[in-house]
Amino acid sequence: MTADVRGDPIAHAGGRSAAFEYLTTKKDELVGWARKFSLFPYPFVTACCAMEFMAVSSSPYDTDRFGAALPRFSPRQADLLMVVGTVTHKQAPVLRRVYEQMCEPKWVMAFGVCATSGGFYRNYAAVQGIDRVIPVDIYVPGCPPRPEMVIDGIMRLQGMIARSKHPIVTDTF
Amino acid sequence: MPTALETLAEALAVDGRPARIEHGLLIVEVAPDAVAMTAARLAAELAFDLLLDVTAIDWPERPLRFDVVWHFYSTQRRLRVRLKTAVPERAAAVPSLTTLYGSAAFMERECHDMYGIGFVGNDDLRPILLYEGFVGHPLRKDYPKEREQPLVPYRTP
Amino acid sequence: MKPPPLATLPNPVRPAFAPEGEGGPVIVNIGPSHPATHGTVQIIAALDGERVVRTDVHAGYLHRGFEKECESHTWHNLIPYVDRLNYVSALINDFAYCDAVEQLMGVTITPRCRYLRTLLSEYSRLVDHLTCIAAGLMELGAMTAFLYLVMVRDYMYEHLANLTGARVTYTYGRIGGLARDLPADWLTRLADILDKYEVFVARVHGLIDRNRIFIDRMRDVGVISTADALHWGYTGPILRSTGAVLDLRRDTPYLAYAELDFEVPVGIKGDNYDRYYVRMREMDESVHMIRQLMEMLPAGPINVDDHRCTFPDKQLVYTEIESLINHFKLVMDGPAVPAGEIYVAHESPNGELGFYLVSTGGGVPYKVHVRAPSFVHMGGVHKMLEGYQLADIVPTFGSVNMIGGECDR
Repeated sequence: MTADVRGDPIAHAGGRSAAFEYLTTKKDELVGWARKFSLFPYPFVTACCAMEFMAVSSSPYDTDRFGAALPRFSPRQADLLMVVGTVTHKQAPVLRRVYEQMCEPKWVMAFGVCATSGGFYRNYAAVQGIDRVIPVDIYVPGCPPRPEMVIDGIMRLQGMIARSKHPIVTDTF
Repeated sequence: MPTALETLAEALAVDGRPARIEHGLLIVEVAPDAVAMTAARLAAELAFDLLLDVTAIDWPERPLRFDVVWHFYSTQRRLRVRLKTAVPERAAAVPSLTTLYGSAAFMERECHDMYGIGFVGNDDLRPILLYEGFVGHPLRKDYPKEREQPLVPYRTP
Repeated sequence: MKPPPLATLPNPVRPAFAPEGEGGPVIVNIGPSHPATHGTVQIIAALDGERVVRTDVHAGYLHRGFEKECESHTWHNLIPYVDRLNYVSALINDFAYCDAVEQLMGVTITPRCRYLRTLLSEYSRLVDHLTCIAAGLMELGAMTAFLYLVMVRDYMYEHLANLTGARVTYTYGRIGGLARDLPADWLTRLADILDKYEVFVARVHGLIDRNRIFIDRMRDVGVISTADALHWGYTGPILRSTGAVLDLRRDTPYLAYAELDFEVPVGIKGDNYDRYYVRMREMDESVHMIRQLMEMLPAGPINVDDHRCTFPDKQLVYTEIESLINHFKLVMDGPAVPAGEIYVAHESPNGELGFYLVSTGGGVPYKVHVRAPSFVHMGGVHKMLEGYQLADIVPTFGSVNMIGGECDR
């Protein structure tokens, strides 16, 4: 059995007719469409990039157009973790805990070059990219990135969500 | 007619030598046991009401390895004073100024974090910029810049 | 199938006090990732009902090793790092740092550069105060005022990007001058933006100043006296809000401030409302100063003619061996700064921003230490929090305007 069908309860029972394939594909498309337009971001704001995050989320750039307007400050209610700025070793346990508290399905955006790779802070204090601590779906480099880049990042993430599988039952649920 | 800075330099003479003036700032160099007394004089007699900064400099090749540096500002005189003392690595401790200036508490914690200087009289020297469990003092010249001490085990990619 | 167990993670801090059990104060943790603390700070508070009895403030969640990083870069290459200290007003950091290095080298900047730096410092102060007030108001629920202020701030960001090439972190200062001169029509657009600013800020005054909710949340909350403020090392708008007329721009004039006409606004009793109003008035003074400077700005070069720090013209680097070597030495070895120590302070939007530089006579600093106002303020912020309600932590903390990059470095 491959990983792709593990979440599909009927597939476990055996037969996979053409009609069934068609239905599950349509189901993934439908759920993906719904999910990509209802991103609730949790801004894990630490550093300089916060200034651009403020600009992105307010009137001049307006992420509301992508259904990603309403920041949720509780990780339980969010499905997009935006790590905005440098994460240090002191901060890493906090970031890891916030990520663990988020419910599936969840995505992570590394906002800015520090979150992506540590940026030009190559020393004892900065984590060299948050992907050493939590998995990341999309990287938006820049120091800080221009709002247009962030919007591009959100749109690419939406594309990824639309194209991916959305199992109803997963290993952990 | 001496300037305000020169008058103050006379007032802050150590062993009969007036304080140095450098880049518009008075520099008073004292022994570690005279720090508390000098700071008390600055605060009480000479109206230096703002403690600006506490830091240290690491000179690994010198017998007195650390220079501990304080900066004071007087809001009345509009002048700055730098107080310096040198301590060896074995006895890297100076008196705390927390009784004179509340702001000393955090700055001394930072200096303790970064250089491992002890401040006698400051009983709260928990890490402030670093974290619990960090070994060493990163601003000492012998601490390698890229030695990381992660708190969270890294993921396997 | 059961979800994987949560990892046991170490606590990076050790609280100063522990719960006392039944009947004792309730311990509440706020931060370091909390919507109401704009900045990565952690406050552990002991509560008696809704009242805050004791707080333990932890900074350092954004400690990026700035000072260690400085010891392995040339004096020039530090400028981007310096920018990211107080990232809301990066230009003031730039100019304070460049000023310190220039004084150590004995370089005098050109008149045009001096006036331009003053103008841009005030412009940066405007951006910083706008951000502080916008964020503080948003936390109290004043979303309209936030959108107005961020809108005008965005005009300024784009305008500065036109000059420097970046919206937030500019890397515009150079030792001995500036990266480039003003583009065409930059000052015309500046005058335009200042007019817009006045329209937007007048709306915010109308919405907020006499708003009952705002006054109830801000008046007599987070009060600090002048004596306490000095004892805890407060400088800048917080010290001025207590009624003390202390401003480095007036007391120890640097750049072109001695030639400008401006007032130092002060508060009455040092509460949150005074801090809000002092910032609003300071922005007006900044606009007043910028308008004077636009008139005063002389023509001429922006970089000093000193081969120790100024990069030669690019055209000469390609055609002349002396300039090529000069460029090479400046890039590889860094500017030769004579041995010595210096402390230079500028009035940043948060207070006294001091650079303490130690040079042993080379292209790389021996030590760079920043006297960051936010860090010192965090050492005394418990004085403003204790004795008030839990909900008052939000506006008080917002009015202190802690900036993580500068606080933790």
